[in-house]
Amino acid sequence: MGSKRDIFIAALILLGLWELSALLLDSIALPEPWLVVKDIGRKLADGSLLDDLAISAARALLGILLALTAAVPLGLAVGAEESLRRRISPFIYLLYPIPHVVLLPLIIILFGIGNFSKIFLIALVVFFQILVTTRDAAKDINRNYFYAMQTLGASRWQMYVHVIMPASIPKIMTAMRISVGTSVAILFFVESFATTRGLGYIIMDSWGRSDYVSLYTGIGSMAMLGFSFYLILDRIEKRLCRWTPS
Amino acid sequence: MINVRSVNLCFDHQTVARPVLQDISFQIPPYGSCAIIGPSGCGKTSLLFLLSGLLQPDSGEIVIAGTPNCGTILQNFGLFPWKTVYQNIGLGLVLQRKKKSFIQERVTRLLREMGLGGFEEHYPGQLSGGMQQRVALARALATEPEILFMDEPLSSLDALTRERLQNLILDVWQAKRITAVLVTHSIEEAVFLGRRIIVLSKRPGRILRIVDNPGAGEPDYRQSEYFFHQCGILRETLKGEENGQQT
Repeated sequence: MGSKRDIFIAALILLGLWELSALLLDSIALPEPWLVVKDIGRKLADGSLLDDLAISAARALLGILLALTAAVPLGLAVGAEESLRRRISPFIYLLYPIPHVVLLPLIIILFGIGNFSKIFLIALVVFFQILVTTRDAAKDINRNYFYAMQTLGASRWQMYVHVIMPASIPKIMTAMRISVGTSVAILFFVESFATTRGLGYIIMDSWGRSDYVSLYTGIGSMAMLGFSFYLILDRIEKRLCRWTPS
Repeated sequence: MINVRSVNLCFDHQTVARPVLQDISFQIPPYGSCAIIGPSGCGKTSLLFLLSGLLQPDSGEIVIAGTPNCGTILQNFGLFPWKTVYQNIGLGLVLQRKKKSFIQERVTRLLREMGLGGFEEHYPGQLSGGMQQRVALARALATEPEILFMDEPLSSLDALTRERLQNLILDVWQAKRITAVLVTHSIEEAVFLGRRIIVLSKRPGRILRIVDNPGAGEPDYRQSEYFFHQCGILRETLKGEENGQQT
């Protein structure tokens, strides 16, 4: 992701641009960044922001994990087994382009208005991103690896364990990175109804009250949330993909 | 004993079956060594795939006496980049569900024999071509095969590493009493390592000549006059094939 210094410089540049735009626009809809930073600091210190941050983090994380456990095994199998690929791929191509968030009413009828519906919607959107990438990763594995496994007498299951899964992990990690961005964006949508907790709620609520500093506190917290997810992903990737040239 | 009887092989190419190998028959005696040589695209690799059971012939048969344990080294080594040297070498044993202590003992011994000590935690991508080739050889030997199939095992190596590894293969072949079958496009390599040399024609591959080469296996064979004589025979045969196709 870059060194700590590079990240710090990027953050400074973004804050600088923000400050400049705020001064030029001179609108209450874009408060100056130091006001927002101060607000975030205060709310973190008194703990009020921490709760919402934790709840949003949990919803996004559970959504991603739910999608991952479903999409990776299915993607690997569809990618690696030609007959499955032929039969399942049309379903994927038909269902992937649908704007899945419009299924919200149905999801609410099925699962109620609680946390599970929110997590499920995040999972549903992210599921397809991970599925398509994983399928392509498993499909594009060099055939020589399979020949090599065959000469060693491997069973089909052993092919999955020793070749298909490990060979696909770098691309699955890329899919995860895309999913983090998507899940935080969906988070805003699912937290704008039937909840009084979470960063999405803070944004909607401040918006309604025209409290723009709080609004940007919510936005900034979402950025921080996504950023922490990326940091964690980098760690995991370093562990799982030690073999890839970095 | 490996017995190949009138084997034919076709590949489907856009619904048309194209012959790859035609009427291939030869034998390899037990504990012998055999080099398969021919112009590129002649079906050498397909022949090795047939012998090692990765492909099935369209007609004819391949009979290998007993049901021997085989080791195979594929082109470009066929190592798994996501596995360490240790894991790559031990993989065949892991797949056979051998005990951990057994695997450790066997792999450690092979690491020592192949001069790979200290590199067990490296990944293939971190090794030179010559070392990757040793890992591939160690992996093929880990299950103690009676037959060793090698597909151009040394083609991507520089001349010196190549000679060193040719000597290593020779040592292995003699010390472990195995049958070695090697595909190569190098005339010198075929003569140095193959007691029997099968010369294939251009595609579709037919047998042009079978050269018996009893001198193979002597470490200083490379310097002998007979070695050059044998190389000359192969060169003439392959050249004649080229000219014959041009006219």
